[in-house]
Amino acid sequence: MGKAIEAIDLSIYYGSFRAVEGVNMSIRPKTVTALIGPSGCGKSTYLRSINRMHEVIPGARVEGRLELDGTDLYGAGVDPVGVRRQIGMVFQRPNPFPTMSIYDNVIAGQRLNNKRMRKDATDDLVERSLRGANLWNEVKDRLDKPGSGLSGGQQQRLCIARAIAVQPDVLLMDEPCSALDPISTLAIEDLINELKTDYTIVIVTHNMQQAARVSDYTGFFTIEGTGKPGKLVEMDETRTIFSQPKQKATEDYVSGRFG
Amino acid sequence: MSIDTDKRDAERTAAVRPTEDKIARQGRLPRWSTPGALAAAAVVVGGLLAATGAFSVGLFVFLTVVLFAVGLYALSRVVEGARKATDRVVTIVVTSAFLLALIPLISVIWTVLSNGIARFDVEFFNSSMRGIVGEGGGAYHAIAGTLVITALAAAMSIPIGLLTAVYLVEYGAGSRLARAITFFVDVMTGIPSIVAGLFAYALFALFAGPGVRLGFAGAVALSVLMIPVVVRATEEMLKIVPNELREAAFALGVPKWRTILKVVIPTSVAGIASGITLAIARVIGETAPLLIAVGITTGLNFNPFDGRQATLPVFAYYSYAAPGVPRDPYIDRAWTAALVLIVIVMVLNLAARLIARLFAPKTR
Repeated sequence: MGKAIEAIDLSIYYGSFRAVEGVNMSIRPKTVTALIGPSGCGKSTYLRSINRMHEVIPGARVEGRLELDGTDLYGAGVDPVGVRRQIGMVFQRPNPFPTMSIYDNVIAGQRLNNKRMRKDATDDLVERSLRGANLWNEVKDRLDKPGSGLSGGQQQRLCIARAIAVQPDVLLMDEPCSALDPISTLAIEDLINELKTDYTIVIVTHNMQQAARVSDYTGFFTIEGTGKPGKLVEMDETRTIFSQPKQKATEDYVSGRFG
Repeated sequence: MSIDTDKRDAERTAAVRPTEDKIARQGRLPRWSTPGALAAAAVVVGGLLAATGAFSVGLFVFLTVVLFAVGLYALSRVVEGARKATDRVVTIVVTSAFLLALIPLISVIWTVLSNGIARFDVEFFNSSMRGIVGEGGGAYHAIAGTLVITALAAAMSIPIGLLTAVYLVEYGAGSRLARAITFFVDVMTGIPSIVAGLFAYALFALFAGPGVRLGFAGAVALSVLMIPVVVRATEEMLKIVPNELREAAFALGVPKWRTILKVVIPTSVAGIASGITLAIARVIGETAPLLIAVGITTGLNFNPFDGRQATLPVFAYYSYAAPGVPRDPYIDRAWTAALVLIVIVMVLNLAARLIARLFAPKTR
C-alpha cells in the first residue's frame, strides 16, 4: 500500500474551459502532501482528477498524463471505477449514508459492490477500519445505530474509516476539516499523521497552519484572474515552502500578504 | 471627552424611554375576548335576522363572521394597537378559509357515509349482481374488477415511471431528450381522463375490432394517467437526494448503476413509495376511461384479458344513472360502492404514510 503519483503536464478542462493548466507534480509514497492556494485556483479540481471524480461533471476531461506507480490512470481501457477503488476520497462535508448503520457505513464499499465476506472477516474489517480512524472506542457499543446520529467530527472519521476499509493505496482529502470544530480537527490531523505510515495522502486545505502541521510536502496553486486557468506555482518540502519559498507569489500567500 | 460621554448617555436614555413606555402602555385583551366577541356577534346577528324574519343559516354564519371580524378589530385596535388588531383579523380570515375548505369535504364524507352505510353489509362484499333484480346483490365483482385493473395499471406504470424518473435525474439531466420528456410528462399530467380512455379503446379496437371491452384496455388507460404522476413524484424525490451521497459511493469505487440502486433509491424510497401510493389512489376512482374501455357486467370476471369487467366507479355510475325497478336498492348500492371506494383510497393514504415512516432514514 502507498503508491506514488506523478502528474506530467496535466491540464483539466470542463468543456472548453481550461480549469487547471500544465501541472507537473510528483507525490512520493507514504507522505502527506498538502495543496494550498486561494479559492477557485483549481486545487480541488486537481485533487478530484487524481481519482477521476471530476468526471462526474459532464464535459470534464484531461490532457497530459497522470500516473499511479507508472500506470497511466487516463490510459485507454482504464476503468474510472477501478481507479476509485485504489484511490479513496474524503469530502469536505461528512457524508455517511443515511440509510445505513455505522457498521454498514464502514463496509459500504464491500456491500455496495456485492462482495461476499464471512461474518467474522467483516467484523474484523469493521473493527480494524474504525480503529484506524480512531473511532472504535466511541462507537463500539452502538455499531447498529445510524451513522447520521454521530457528531460532525465523528461522522467525518466514519467517512475516513469507510474510505480505508476498501484498502486503497492513496487517500485524497478535500478540505476534510473545514466543517469541523477545533477539537475534531485536531483528532483528524492526528489521524492523518498515523495514516501516512500506510497510505499516500493528498489533502486540500484552506488552513495554512493545518498544511504546516500535517504535511511533508506542500504544493501552492494560484490563479491569475477569473476565467484564467489555475496553475501549480511551486511544490517543495513543507518546511521550505513556509520558510524560504522560491517564488514571490508563494511567499506573499504564505505570509498572508495575498489571498 | 466626559462631556461627550454624558451627552451620549443622555441621548441613550432619551432613546430608551419611549420604548419602555410603549411596552408598558400596550394593553392586552383578556383570553375570553375571542369566544366572547364571537358569541356576542352571533347573538346580535341572530336577533337582527329573527326580527326582520329573513333567517337562513348561510346568511347567519356569514354575517356573524363579518361582524365578529370587524368588532374584534375595532376592540383590539383601541386596546392593543394596530399590529395586534391586524394579526387578529388575519387569524380570523385564515381560519374562516380553512373552515370553508373543510365544508365540502365533511359534507361529502357525511353524505356518502349516511347513504352508503345501509348496504355496507356482508352480502355487498360476497355477492355479485348476477341474476339480481331489485333488492340484495352486491359489488363483489366490481371490487374484484377495480383491484385487478388497478393492480395491472400499477404493475405497468411503476416500472416505466420509476425508470423514466431515474433517467431524467441521473442520466439525462439537462440534455435535450430529458427536457423533451419532462415537457411531455407535464402535458400528459393534464390529459383529461376520457381522452386516455378513448386512446386505450382505439388502440385495442385496432387489434380486436370495434366494440371491444377489456379489463386490460382499462388498465392501459389508467396507466396513461398514472405514469406522469409516478414520474413527477419520483423525480422530485430523487432530486432531493444530496449529490454528496452519490459522490461518496463513486469514491468507494461503486459503479453508477449500483449507486443508483443501492444508495440513491434507498435514500429516497420513503417519498417514492408514498408518491406511488398516492398515484394509485388518484387513478383507482377514475370512471370515464373505464366506462369506455372496460364497460360493465353483472357477473364476476377475474380475467382482464377476457371481456368486460365491472369496476366500482362504473358500477356506481350505472346503478345511479340507469337503475332498475324498484329504484331504491340500486341507489343504495351506488352509495355503498362510493363508500367502499373512499375507504380504499383512505386505506391507501394511510398505507403511504406508514410506508414513508417505515422507510425513512433514521437518525438515532
